[in-house]
Amino acid sequence: MTTHLTRRQSPRSRRRGTVQTAVGVLLTAIMLFPVYWMINESFTPGQDMLKSPPGLLPIDGTLDGYRQVIDQQLPYLGTSLLVSLGAVALTLAFSAPAGYALAKLRPRGGAIITFALLIAQMIPGIIMAMGFYAIYLSLGMLNTVWGLILADSTLAVPFGVLVFTAFMSGIPDEVLQAARVDGAAQWRIFRSIVIPLSRNAVVTVGLFTFLWAWSDFVFASTVDIGGGLQPITLGIYHYIGNNDQQWNAIMATAVVASVPAAVLLVIAQKYVSAGVTAGAVKD
Amino acid sequence: MSYTRQSAGRFARGPAGGAYAPPAVERLSAERPAPNRIRRRARSPQWAALAFLAPSVVYLVAFYAYPMYRNLDLSLRDYTVYSFVHGGAPFAGLSNYASIIDDPSFNSTLIHTLVFTAVSLVFQFAIGLALAVFFAQNFRLSAFLRALFLVPWLLPLIVSASTWSWMLDTNYGIVNAALHAVGIGPVDWLTSPTWSLPSVIIANIWIGVPFNLVLLYSGLQGIPRDLYEAASLDGAGPWQRFRRVSWPLLRPVSAITLLLGLVYTLKVFDIIWIMTRGGPANSSATFATWSYELGFGNLLPEFGLGAAVGNLLVIMALIAGLVYIRARRRLLVS
Repeated sequence: MTTHLTRRQSPRSRRRGTVQTAVGVLLTAIMLFPVYWMINESFTPGQDMLKSPPGLLPIDGTLDGYRQVIDQQLPYLGTSLLVSLGAVALTLAFSAPAGYALAKLRPRGGAIITFALLIAQMIPGIIMAMGFYAIYLSLGMLNTVWGLILADSTLAVPFGVLVFTAFMSGIPDEVLQAARVDGAAQWRIFRSIVIPLSRNAVVTVGLFTFLWAWSDFVFASTVDIGGGLQPITLGIYHYIGNNDQQWNAIMATAVVASVPAAVLLVIAQKYVSAGVTAGAVKD
Repeated sequence: MSYTRQSAGRFARGPAGGAYAPPAVERLSAERPAPNRIRRRARSPQWAALAFLAPSVVYLVAFYAYPMYRNLDLSLRDYTVYSFVHGGAPFAGLSNYASIIDDPSFNSTLIHTLVFTAVSLVFQFAIGLALAVFFAQNFRLSAFLRALFLVPWLLPLIVSASTWSWMLDTNYGIVNAALHAVGIGPVDWLTSPTWSLPSVIIANIWIGVPFNLVLLYSGLQGIPRDLYEAASLDGAGPWQRFRRVSWPLLRPVSAITLLLGLVYTLKVFDIIWIMTRGGPANSSATFATWSYELGFGNLLPEFGLGAAVGNLLVIMALIAGLVYIRARRRLLVS
């Protein structure tokens, strides 16, 4: 439809298109200004941070902030990576089979489970955090990486099941029927047919789980605030809490902590849009 | 969507249908000398479904239902630090809830929560809708720019919140520097009770716009193009086309977007806590930050009270959530 329209474009509408592109670039620049500012400030030398008015470009840029990141924040980044990957593994392991069951095996009570998943997504993180805190305290799991991985996975499991259900519903029954006629057991059908066909859903769920676990602050600051291994969100939080706030180091850490989001956007933009809409309007 | 429904219906009526038959029918078929093989095939999907579903059901119970239960239990007992660790806190009924409601900061916190949520929602939605309509024109670079708009939504909240904190810094922030350039004196964005709530709302709107943009844009894509062409032929201008075509046809998606936004905005904690900790003097405190502060913000935690505030928040979120689920179901049926 769009190609059909562009083919008929008159010179006037082409000029209009240029105006729109210019407006679009301007709007994007306004929207992304805070991101630019974060990057700019991360390169600004300490003494210039307190200059008034602040410099709009990091002309005498410095890598001091990033040196501090490397000196002090690497363990936090490592923990974040471990926790995020752990949460991805847990989420995929729990949500993909459930999605298959709900999409294709028509279990009794499937509707109730779908309803429970939708409700689960509504529960504020702070309430979950308080519950986890109480439970971990009695189990001795406070301030452990495993506890944090488990807590972080709750951010994504309901979303994961809903995405897998929506996606796997689209797999033609004939494909599964044929495998069944060939004598494949359910587990084999799931492993060798359904999962390979659901690659897009696996990527979408995996990416979002990674991003949410990587960004988590609520669980980290409640069940892991005294832990030996803490994620990068707490690294930044401790920085902000310091009395001599070194904002270029804080901003440099923030830039580094944003890398996964940036990578995600560059390599997997279509999955991102799919993920945003999947949780909301797809069945 | 319709395909899913059809195939589901066919599946239920197909060879596996036996699993859904009411018990009486099942007994009947068992009395008949049905070959064992068929019976097993008919039953196996139900067992398989259970096996595939069991891990996540156990997961939901263990990591959602049980923490929720613990939270409810916390809110109904009179906890001290000692009894929190060693157990044996006396049952206190609803007294935690009573003291929360009697608390002098209850009213202001409720109002902050409502203002924060309502103002955030209105602006996120309005800006998101305007941008969605704008990007729906499919000009050169539009897909690329639209992708860039997702960035604020993808950044870790602590990154966005600390960047906004620094931008809104009274003495060294870029916002006050820009205001100074146009002759407006410095504003104590984060440190004055007047401006702390607007500050966190601004940051929250910035974070929420992309979500609204994506959902509303995909909603606009679902409106058949010929409707616009027909409207144009009838002499409708851009505003008329929006008012008479886009707006009414977008209503189900708008409802979903707003309700989901409502649920998410009620939950917002990170941004406020990192930017202002709910202060100064509780001027930007919402139920979420109040609950956290009671439970974790002080040296002497008040878990019972914190859990009680949290549960009030759960009730608000669930009401919004149930309305959302109803609207979503209606959208899917239509």
